[in-house]
Amino acid sequence: MEGIVYLYVFMLAAFTGYEVILRVPVILHTPLMSGSNFIHGVVLVGGMVTLGHAETGTQMVLGFVAVVLGAANAAGGYVVTERMLGMFKSGNRKGGA
Amino acid sequence: MTGQTFLHAAYLAVAVAFIFGLKAMASPATARKGIVWAGYAMVAAVIVTFFWPGMENRWLILLGILVGGVVAWRSGKKVAMTEMPQMVAIYNGMGGGAAAAIAAVEFARGEVHGPAMLVMAVLGALIGAVAFSGSCVAWAKLAGKMKKAYRFPSQSTLNIFLGIIVGWLGIGIVVDGHPWAIAIVLFFAVSLLLGVVLTAPIGGADMPVVISLLNAFTGLAVGFEGYVLQIPALIVAGIVVGASGTLLTHLMAKAMNRPIRNVLFTPLTGEAQEEGQAIEGRMQETSALDAAATMRYAAKVVVVPGYGMAVAGAQHKVWEMCQLLEEAGVSVSFAIHPVAGRMPGHMNVLLAEAGVPYDKIFDLDEINNDFAQTDVALVIGANDVVNPIARTDKSSPIYGMPILNVDHARNVIVVKRGQGTGYSGVENALFYMENCRMLYGSAQEAIADVIQHVKSMEG
Repeated sequence: MEGIVYLYVFMLAAFTGYEVILRVPVILHTPLMSGSNFIHGVVLVGGMVTLGHAETGTQMVLGFVAVVLGAANAAGGYVVTERMLGMFKSGNRKGGA
Repeated sequence: MTGQTFLHAAYLAVAVAFIFGLKAMASPATARKGIVWAGYAMVAAVIVTFFWPGMENRWLILLGILVGGVVAWRSGKKVAMTEMPQMVAIYNGMGGGAAAAIAAVEFARGEVHGPAMLVMAVLGALIGAVAFSGSCVAWAKLAGKMKKAYRFPSQSTLNIFLGIIVGWLGIGIVVDGHPWAIAIVLFFAVSLLLGVVLTAPIGGADMPVVISLLNAFTGLAVGFEGYVLQIPALIVAGIVVGASGTLLTHLMAKAMNRPIRNVLFTPLTGEAQEEGQAIEGRMQETSALDAAATMRYAAKVVVVPGYGMAVAGAQHKVWEMCQLLEEAGVSVSFAIHPVAGRMPGHMNVLLAEAGVPYDKIFDLDEINNDFAQTDVALVIGANDVVNPIARTDKSSPIYGMPILNVDHARNVIVVKRGQGTGYSGVENALFYMENCRMLYGSAQEAIADVIQHVKSMEG
């Protein structure tokens, strides 16, 4: 039964992802790709749990790799997205970089 | 409230914040807020995870976060805006690699039980590994470390062969339930190789679509591993990204008129052009003075920027020139092709960096009919996206791609470094047209010259 509930979670999450993006201007395609890149950085949490339960040396090494890669995904994804979005401004203000 | 309940309540809040953050990022006015919300949610998720029951190796975890986080944070702060696409690619690859590593550990611990979980673990591992090695190749290509598109005759046979091996190993792992270590190692090795051979033959112009696709892949891999670890927040975040990433990939591919199948399996080549239409006429050169005069006394100028402008770092100069022209009473706007830059929207980011307000920037659909009423179309560092051959020559590899109709403008000025072809290697018929003038030189210097001449015409 619990497995079926998870399948519903998968299905609803897929619809949510589709709906959220459906009407997005081209101007935001790149920041949005970068933003969603940041969001799957939550894999870091999975890496932490994995390393936290690692038993052997091999498992610890792999778990550590998962944490490092996940943290890099999250931190890098955030900085890059934030920098991009920080540049968007409206109106007729003049400004350099 | 027990620790377990608190943990899951916190993860639920995180998932909600991610979805609202992503939603906010889909609109220019709220985009900035969206990423900040998602950022807070990520920090919260990481902190509560330290209180997961039975967690050990806490110092090692903290060390891993600091190492990965600090390195990526600093490189992300430093990187130039033009290099953004390859940074997105490499961070994305790291996420995929993390998902694959998680799967490997769970297999090694023997914690993958039941057919559903085995299928998810195997799929997540495969997709994560492909996203990892594929993203590394994409990064190498965009960063110019790997210039060529590697192709050989039996490539698709190799792809199918590797696909069959991976499928066979994956099914073996699922059916067996307690696979040998060697089978798992082999499975990862072939998956990584598959990512390389799938990405290596793809040409530079198709790279944005591939990065977007690999981004969706990583999302799916994260979602599947979230099921293996029984963390619903990972499932929700991963699958939301997987679905939105797939749609985004489709939108990008549509903007380029390149179905995803073609992007992956029939790369752009410059070879077809030999049998294509012959181009008549000759290129006509102009000077910075003439270009300045033509634009200074025009009523309407449309600037068509391309990646060449961004690489030259000329966007600030271009905007300075546009401001001068506007002071002289010329109406100036920017026309952005969906694939200008290296990713859709990349050029908008680069112009925003130079201070161009986004209400002066127009999409292909918004501006294409205006070219007939335009006095001067100024093409800077763009090539394939203004090539009229895409409308007429069926044998051309870029045939059918929507282009900006700059050839309809009364005058076209093309700022270009030399007489070479564009990214796709296709000859550009625009350059040989009667109303087109070439202004040779680096974008930076050419526009600086034009600015001097425009200034001298004042008063």
